[in-house]
Amino acid sequence: MRIPASQLREWVDLPSDATPEHLHEALVAVGFEEEAVYPNEISGPIVVGQVLEFTPEPQDNGKTINWCQVRVAPGDSEDSVRGIVCGASNFEAGDKVVVTLPGSVLPGPFPIAARKTYGHVSDGMIASAKELGLGDEHNGIIRLAELGLDPEVGTDAIALLGLDDFAVEINVTPDRGYAMSIRGVAREYAHATGVSFHDPVDALTITPGDGFRVVIDDTAPIRGVVGCTGFVTRVVRGLDRSRRTPAWMVKRLALMGIRSISLPVDISNYVMMELGQPTHTYDLNKLSGGITVRRATKGEKLTTLDEQVRTLSDEDLLITDETGPIGLAGVMGGATTEIDDTSTDVLIEAATFDPVTIARTARRHKLPSEASKRFARGVDPLVSRAAAQRVVDLLVELGGGTADTLGTDLVHFEPRPAIHLPAAFTATLIGVDYSTSEIETVLTDIGAVITAAKDGWDVVPPSWRPDLVDAPGLAEEVARIHGYDRIPSAIPVAPPGRGLSRSQAARRRVAQVLAGAGLTEVLAYPFVTTEQNVLFGSADGSPVAEMTLANALDPNVAQLRRSLLPGILDIAKRNVARGLTSLALYEIGAVFQPSETTGSESIPVGNVRPDSPTLDALYGSVPEQPWHVSALFLGSVTAKQPDQPAIASGLGEALDTVRVIATAIGVDVMIRQGSHHAFHPGRCAEVFVGDTSVGFAGEIVPSVAVGLDLPRIVAALDLDLHALINAAPDHVVATPVHVFPAATQDVSLVVDIAVPAADVRTAIIDGAGELLENADLVDDYRGTGLDENHKSLTFALRFRAADRTLTQQEATDAKLAGVAVAASRHNATIRV
Amino acid sequence: MSSISPQHVADVVAAAIAAITAAATGEELKQVRTQFVADGSPISLINASLRDVPADEKAEAGKIVGQARGQINQAFADREAVILHAEEQTRLMTEAVDVTAVASRRRVGARHPLNLLMEEMSNIFIGMGWEVAEGPELENEWFNFDALNFDEDHPARAMQDTFFVEPAERHLVMRTHTSPVQIRSLLSRDLPVYVVAPGRVYRTDELDATHTPVFHQMEGIAIDKGLTMAHLKGTLEHLARAMFGDGAKIRLRPNYFPFTEPSAELDIWHPTFRGGARWIEWGGCGMVNHNVLRAAGIDPTEYQGFAFGMGIERTLMFRNDVADMHDMVEGDVRFSQQFGMVI
Repeated sequence: MRIPASQLREWVDLPSDATPEHLHEALVAVGFEEEAVYPNEISGPIVVGQVLEFTPEPQDNGKTINWCQVRVAPGDSEDSVRGIVCGASNFEAGDKVVVTLPGSVLPGPFPIAARKTYGHVSDGMIASAKELGLGDEHNGIIRLAELGLDPEVGTDAIALLGLDDFAVEINVTPDRGYAMSIRGVAREYAHATGVSFHDPVDALTITPGDGFRVVIDDTAPIRGVVGCTGFVTRVVRGLDRSRRTPAWMVKRLALMGIRSISLPVDISNYVMMELGQPTHTYDLNKLSGGITVRRATKGEKLTTLDEQVRTLSDEDLLITDETGPIGLAGVMGGATTEIDDTSTDVLIEAATFDPVTIARTARRHKLPSEASKRFARGVDPLVSRAAAQRVVDLLVELGGGTADTLGTDLVHFEPRPAIHLPAAFTATLIGVDYSTSEIETVLTDIGAVITAAKDGWDVVPPSWRPDLVDAPGLAEEVARIHGYDRIPSAIPVAPPGRGLSRSQAARRRVAQVLAGAGLTEVLAYPFVTTEQNVLFGSADGSPVAEMTLANALDPNVAQLRRSLLPGILDIAKRNVARGLTSLALYEIGAVFQPSETTGSESIPVGNVRPDSPTLDALYGSVPEQPWHVSALFLGSVTAKQPDQPAIASGLGEALDTVRVIATAIGVDVMIRQGSHHAFHPGRCAEVFVGDTSVGFAGEIVPSVAVGLDLPRIVAALDLDLHALINAAPDHVVATPVHVFPAATQDVSLVVDIAVPAADVRTAIIDGAGELLENADLVDDYRGTGLDENHKSLTFALRFRAADRTLTQQEATDAKLAGVAVAASRHNATIRV
Repeated sequence: MSSISPQHVADVVAAAIAAITAAATGEELKQVRTQFVADGSPISLINASLRDVPADEKAEAGKIVGQARGQINQAFADREAVILHAEEQTRLMTEAVDVTAVASRRRVGARHPLNLLMEEMSNIFIGMGWEVAEGPELENEWFNFDALNFDEDHPARAMQDTFFVEPAERHLVMRTHTSPVQIRSLLSRDLPVYVVAPGRVYRTDELDATHTPVFHQMEGIAIDKGLTMAHLKGTLEHLARAMFGDGAKIRLRPNYFPFTEPSAELDIWHPTFRGGARWIEWGGCGMVNHNVLRAAGIDPTEYQGFAFGMGIERTLMFRNDVADMHDMVEGDVRFSQQFGMVI
């Protein structure tokens, strides 16, 4: 909402030197955020001049300029008559015009100086409306007579035309529709500063019309609310359509961001900005019979003012006459009854519409207009008569029309029930002990009617404040208008807390440990394509259930991710494109796993706790969104350095990172040869906790990596972090640390190359028994001495007893017991 | 039987010490040891000859020889220490490297600053006994709107620029704020409740320098007996000082949110803002609307409380001078690596 200072001044005592900053400061204090300033961009000398004579001079370029002698000041001094070149030709000798003299500045900024042009020195400029910021009209210069003005030559035109006005723009929150008007903002300015407020409605003499038939016939109210509760019409006849919108109104409309169109339309807009009541003007002679307000039938058509044919919903509210629909109530008028350049008799409508009906229609037809915005927030149901009268008065005064007695005066308003405000309530909510008179003054100032009631007040809020429905709302008014600065500070004492939850603490540890291990944390958007979900979210390429955004910013990337890998690969691609060719990244984030029962058929109302089955259904309607952790490695762990070649990144890092994550969580994981169609078929590990798979780690299929403009080797992992954390034991059960000397032995076993080393190791551990403390794979030999189907795995074994020093024989016996199990499970033989 | 000549012993000692002293390297010292100290050396031969000394001279001769051996061994040990030390020094010199050019074997990682900031803010509340609550990012509309006093037709609901999930009539949305976590906390926890809810939220804004469709918020809610707006102010003041130093102040301005009444905009006085101390819009807050309490089955005449929320991206922007939202969402490692592990 933009407020021209000059207009605000009409209803409150604004200081004469009020600045935009002053207005913003005052309005912010009562809850209207500062949005912008539309400053006065013009400075003089700009004066009224009179064209004494002029000579048309045709130019080589085909244009004709006029060399004018213009009197710009009374008296005989040399400066009082100036020679000015003017390109326009819509004037005659004797016309009074606006002259911008050298030294003045027009909006742009466009400084004016005496300059040589078309063979003359033009000592200033004769201004058009557009040049002065008075609208878009650029069909010639301003002739003051056309604006009904006949000032003395030399008069300051800035003051005359209101060119020094400025506007401030404020944000009006959706609960306060009344402040989408100068009337409402003036009232708030008065609250903020303590100056008195003169209600513009009080300045009007309202003469209701009679005899124009209006029927409200709403057979399908939305949520039980009738779509139209007030419909005031008035008639003005005999408009002089040669009358133009006065400069002051054009200027104010421009400051409010509204383009001047024609006098009747401008007046309608002006009154809407002034009083907050949208009005509509019909060509009376195009109306057939009376007006009926009704719901549309489904599929009914209406051609709106913008020449669009609208197909209507049975929730849309229509204005109709005997010919059918003539307007979409509160949103946009119809084409058939639109006033045109020749309309002289008009019917003015000032109606009260249900906010929900108008909001839904505006949204449905994507027609967010100044009118629908106001109706959707609630227009004062008692301002319609005043608004209609104001339009009539302006059409008579400025448009040369005559007010007719024909009209309608239909206003249905039931005063709202009183709200009980206990005397102590405000203090217990706000924490300030306001005095009785402080509370009463605020409530009276905002327009409420208060009566003393048992231990407090009964408060009837004013018609324009539908947002005031309960005691906290009234307490807010008291706090707001007395200023939030009055509220003291106190720190509440919370009951003893338990710190982070197990899962929160585990996730933080994983995040810290991965960063400590040299990975950089990233946060990808969770929006992906179906192809990405299938590639990365499913091990075998079968389709996965996925959620789709109904209104994605990019319709091609509308799925919610099933895996973190698409996001981290995308971020890797961006980094590589920027020349960062060695990366170790990780992300911790949610993936989205819909089920059959995703969503709700219907949802309960908001202001009461649903019963348990309903609440359980609401909880159950939301898909599982487990935390995952992903990581990605490419390029080098470290680049080539003095005395050290580059260390290539790869599968090993991904597997190490799996172990780092497991350690941070405190869970035992097993890595097995895996198969996942996004990973290299021979370089893919599946990660298990017990028998449960928790994800994959490996090298991305090289062609996929290369397709993303990444190097051929990209190692990555995606693990179900939620499952890992849930699988971790509550606490660690310690075993004693034995201190008798250890016995170490190596053993080399020959097995088929298809046997995983981890399985051989497990066999040794299982067979060797409790004396075996540690078994590390130290060599995987293939080649000379072995046939091509076999490999030799060497393990370094460490044995220790709890209660004695082991003999070599005991260690050897334990080792051979392990070998025996490896032999039986995997046909392992000791290599000799 | 033969006697031992003290003069001979002295000569042998003198010769040995001269040789020891003359040894310049470990290798020379080794030869000296063979020649003058070890078995077969003159002093060891003298020592061996002690057994032939007449009994009445034995004590005197043994003393002379013992002293001589002691002198030689001491000289040898002293010389050995000197030489070993010198050789160690020489070796250390040759092992010197340019420590500014030693190859590194590890990468250096970094946290994302948005997560660091959320953790830091959470820690401040944990220190006050609050807990951290979480909830789903894909949420039922009831938790995101209806339970928070957003009427289905209220303009505030349309203003939230919500991502809906197909089919839209199944009432699932990407949460537009972390406030659904507040209602979930009130529904599931015992009163009094003091929780903060940090997390990801979604609005249909195109990415530009100051907007992103996916961003983060930190919200808090406290419901207890006797809480007033003064407690809201005190809590936010504590947060501001913990994050921005003792010079930080806050200011509340009237505003509107469906889920609070009264509602306020939160401004912070940022004492070290680049370009000078100033007020900055930080978030929204207010006293929890009675309809929200009712949605959680809480009797507003018994319990009331306050809630607040702020954007993490916005906080990072003015706290750490981040000029462009792109840096926070693109995942360029250079951005996070400026922060490392510390915000």
